[in-house]
Amino acid sequence: MATAEEVAKAAERRDIRGRWLLSAPALLVILLAATGPLLIVLVYSFLTPGPYGDVKWQFSLDAWTSVFLERDIFDDTLSIAAAHVTIFWRSIKLAIITTIATLALGFPTAYFMATRSEKTRDLWLFLITIPFWTNLLIRTFAVLQIIRNEGIINTILLKLGLITAPIQILYTDTAILLGMAYVYLPLMVLPIYASMEKLDFRLVEAGYDLYATRFQVLRRIIFPLVRPGVIAGSILVFIPALGAYVTPIVLGGGKNLMLSNLIELQFGQGRNWPLGSALSISVMIIVMVALLAYVRNAGSSGVRHG
Amino acid sequence: MAKNFSIKHQPGFTAVAATCFVVLYLPIIVLVLYAFNAANSTSEWGGLSLKWFRSAWQNTEVIDATLRSFQIGAIAAILASIFATMAALATTRTAPYRGLTFQYAAINQPLMVPEIVTGVALLIFFSRIKIFTGYSGLGYLIAAHTAFCIPFAYLPIRARLENMDLTLERAAADLYATPWKTFRRITLPLLWPGILAGLMLAFVISLDDVVITEFVKSGGQDTLPTYMLGQIRRGITPEINAISTAFLLLSVAIVTLFFFISRKRD
Amino acid sequence: MNWKTMATAMGLALLASTSLARADGALNIYNWGNYTSPDVIKKFEAKYNVKVTITDYDSNDTALAKVRQGGTGFDIAVPSQTFVPIWIKEGLVLETDPGKMENFKNVAPEWANPDFDPGRKYSVPWAWGTVGIVVNTDVYKGPANTWGIIFNTPDELKGKVNVVPEMNDVMFAATKYVGAQQCASDKETLKKVRDLLVAAKPNWIAMEYNTIEKMGAGDFKATSDWNGSALRQRLANPAIHYNYPKEGFGLWSDNVMVLKEAKNVENAKLFQNFIMDPENAAGLSAFHRYANGIAGSDKYMPADMKDAPEVIIPADVKEHGELQKLCSPEVQEIYTKIWTELQK
Repeated sequence: MATAEEVAKAAERRDIRGRWLLSAPALLVILLAATGPLLIVLVYSFLTPGPYGDVKWQFSLDAWTSVFLERDIFDDTLSIAAAHVTIFWRSIKLAIITTIATLALGFPTAYFMATRSEKTRDLWLFLITIPFWTNLLIRTFAVLQIIRNEGIINTILLKLGLITAPIQILYTDTAILLGMAYVYLPLMVLPIYASMEKLDFRLVEAGYDLYATRFQVLRRIIFPLVRPGVIAGSILVFIPALGAYVTPIVLGGGKNLMLSNLIELQFGQGRNWPLGSALSISVMIIVMVALLAYVRNAGSSGVRHG
Repeated sequence: MAKNFSIKHQPGFTAVAATCFVVLYLPIIVLVLYAFNAANSTSEWGGLSLKWFRSAWQNTEVIDATLRSFQIGAIAAILASIFATMAALATTRTAPYRGLTFQYAAINQPLMVPEIVTGVALLIFFSRIKIFTGYSGLGYLIAAHTAFCIPFAYLPIRARLENMDLTLERAAADLYATPWKTFRRITLPLLWPGILAGLMLAFVISLDDVVITEFVKSGGQDTLPTYMLGQIRRGITPEINAISTAFLLLSVAIVTLFFFISRKRD
Repeated sequence: MNWKTMATAMGLALLASTSLARADGALNIYNWGNYTSPDVIKKFEAKYNVKVTITDYDSNDTALAKVRQGGTGFDIAVPSQTFVPIWIKEGLVLETDPGKMENFKNVAPEWANPDFDPGRKYSVPWAWGTVGIVVNTDVYKGPANTWGIIFNTPDELKGKVNVVPEMNDVMFAATKYVGAQQCASDKETLKKVRDLLVAAKPNWIAMEYNTIEKMGAGDFKATSDWNGSALRQRLANPAIHYNYPKEGFGLWSDNVMVLKEAKNVENAKLFQNFIMDPENAAGLSAFHRYANGIAGSDKYMPADMKDAPEVIIPADVKEHGELQKLCSPEVQEIYTKIWTELQK
């Protein structure tokens, strides 16, 4: 006869098996069309570049050394790969600022949407996504129209007499930031909205009953409750921003590379696929470490249900 | 404030939200305006005209690409949000079990790689399959899009599930509802806003994709973004504005229709 | 109808729509974006009863990578002269022997036996052109027939110059500017090239492809550019002039080749022959705005191209032109390093 403990164990095993089955389709698609093929990239990072792109099947660690170190082209001295460090740092910096900016804008917006009457909430949800039914390239070009020297902002400022010459926004880091914040804003708003939408306002009421100020209510009650949404939103903005490809080209004028452009250069005109592969894996590792640290940190202090 | 104290009010939030909506729509308005621009360039204003709509309408290449974008986006977003919902149910509201972290990491993995890398990896991998099977249809693009859309759909759904109230589901179970019935009648409706948000995100992300599509596409499979990418070198015509405007209006029409149908049902 | 049923129905319809039947007589062209004249394609379709599909690429490297992996279903691709030898060497293209085709007699002598495809065993000329300097003469009136416009920018143009980020074109220009031969591999020259570029960059406003629109709007006052692009800019604004740098300017040519994995070889060959017809070649030029390398096409050319200084290289500068080659992998590797340092 099975003891109660064994029965419970069997039920738990059944539950876990069921859970694996549930996530199987997602895992399968990702394995086939995303993760699996990446093993190729891992292998490529240890090979020798082919003369005109692709690889030669010859083991080499050159790609990995040149991620971090560079041999000076002219005097053959080894030094830290300053160009790579600069590009990594610029990308990380811009991605962090973009995340903060979208959070600052997106949190109140999501809150506003979630506090509308139940009937109109879906409408607000659609309203916020509609601008994004045009693709990224087109949206980026639309931003360009606004910030360029002959664009709306400069024209209005000139007409008002606030400035005498157009402000050069286009082709600066500011332009990249504006563009990314614009492009990735819904990735922040939607997850926050999703977790805020069913926020229990009785808790908020209880807070006010206990003489909490509005700010205290926001910080101590609302924010902890929607933390999972904030985490999800930050991840969804940070990672694509780190890998932004189109925005630096269109709004930054392509003068300063970001990570994706650097990697693209290796797979394209640079014809150094192993280095491109090694750089990509480095990026993946950075992102994974950052992600784990962030989720662990943010998750442990969050309010957990269930 | 005192005379009309609302517990939902937070100072400045409405103003930020209003700014947000204005900022979101400003470029779109510019885009729509320029679609009606009579000038040949995308930078000067030459009066109102429908000529770009006419010329876009006659350009079968751009029409095909737009429809293809929409088609891939819709299929991939639907598949991705179904799979993501299932995965979210499997990975939330449970005591940690072996493989949970693995599942979480695996599902989010497509997020962590720059597009170009997935693009090249898929190019190499899918080419083998294309040669082996002789099939070079849209299936590859749909599979690739579904894969990178899953994490975008998964995160909002999971966020929604994570702090969902269990009481109702327990009550249903206590009333001898089958798990499926509980899911249909209780969990799904509660989860719906998360799924909707995930679906929207996935669709938008699929529409945006350039680089992966560029590497995976076979003959005759240009999407609007890859079509535009090809044009950047030779100058983009305002046709693109017209096509986007038409696409936008069409989407708005469909969404509005759905919105009213679902409202009627309630 | 319940809206969920409707959604399901829509989903099914979408899935069904993915499996479209292909016509029997077909031709799958893989070409640079916005480069293929729809009118000429329509004419070809009508003449041979073939359904043509066009798919775009945006760089030689992408096209090569994709075709090399295979399974793409393309019949025809249009690589540049620097890449033609690679495609041939890697066994990606069919030896269709255009040199023996009926219309080959029309190919201009200077393009009939090029170094990149001796005897024209594989390729047919599609378009050719030059890389030079475009300047808005409202802003800068001095001599502009020099790469100095981008490498030693005059004061009037500082902060208003764009450089088209085609690595090999920029390296060619810089190498010529320091007085060396193209693809020079000696360290001294390469160091000069690097120092020149690094010192020049602060004067550039951008490094991007979208020059037609930006020169038109005035975001740029000068840029390095291709000649066909320059022609379109001048037609929009007569103050914009194209200049052939005296230090030496690059010539390029894009060529139609039939892929080894092509399923419609016969149609592809017909197409190769078809575009060597002067009238059709002129039709292509009217769309892409470059010269085509077919003798006798002049009389069918659009009026604004017939004696355009961008399309017809003036006799006095012709000697400075030189067909660009692909440099050795070693030089290419150093170019990439310089390029990364330049764009960091």
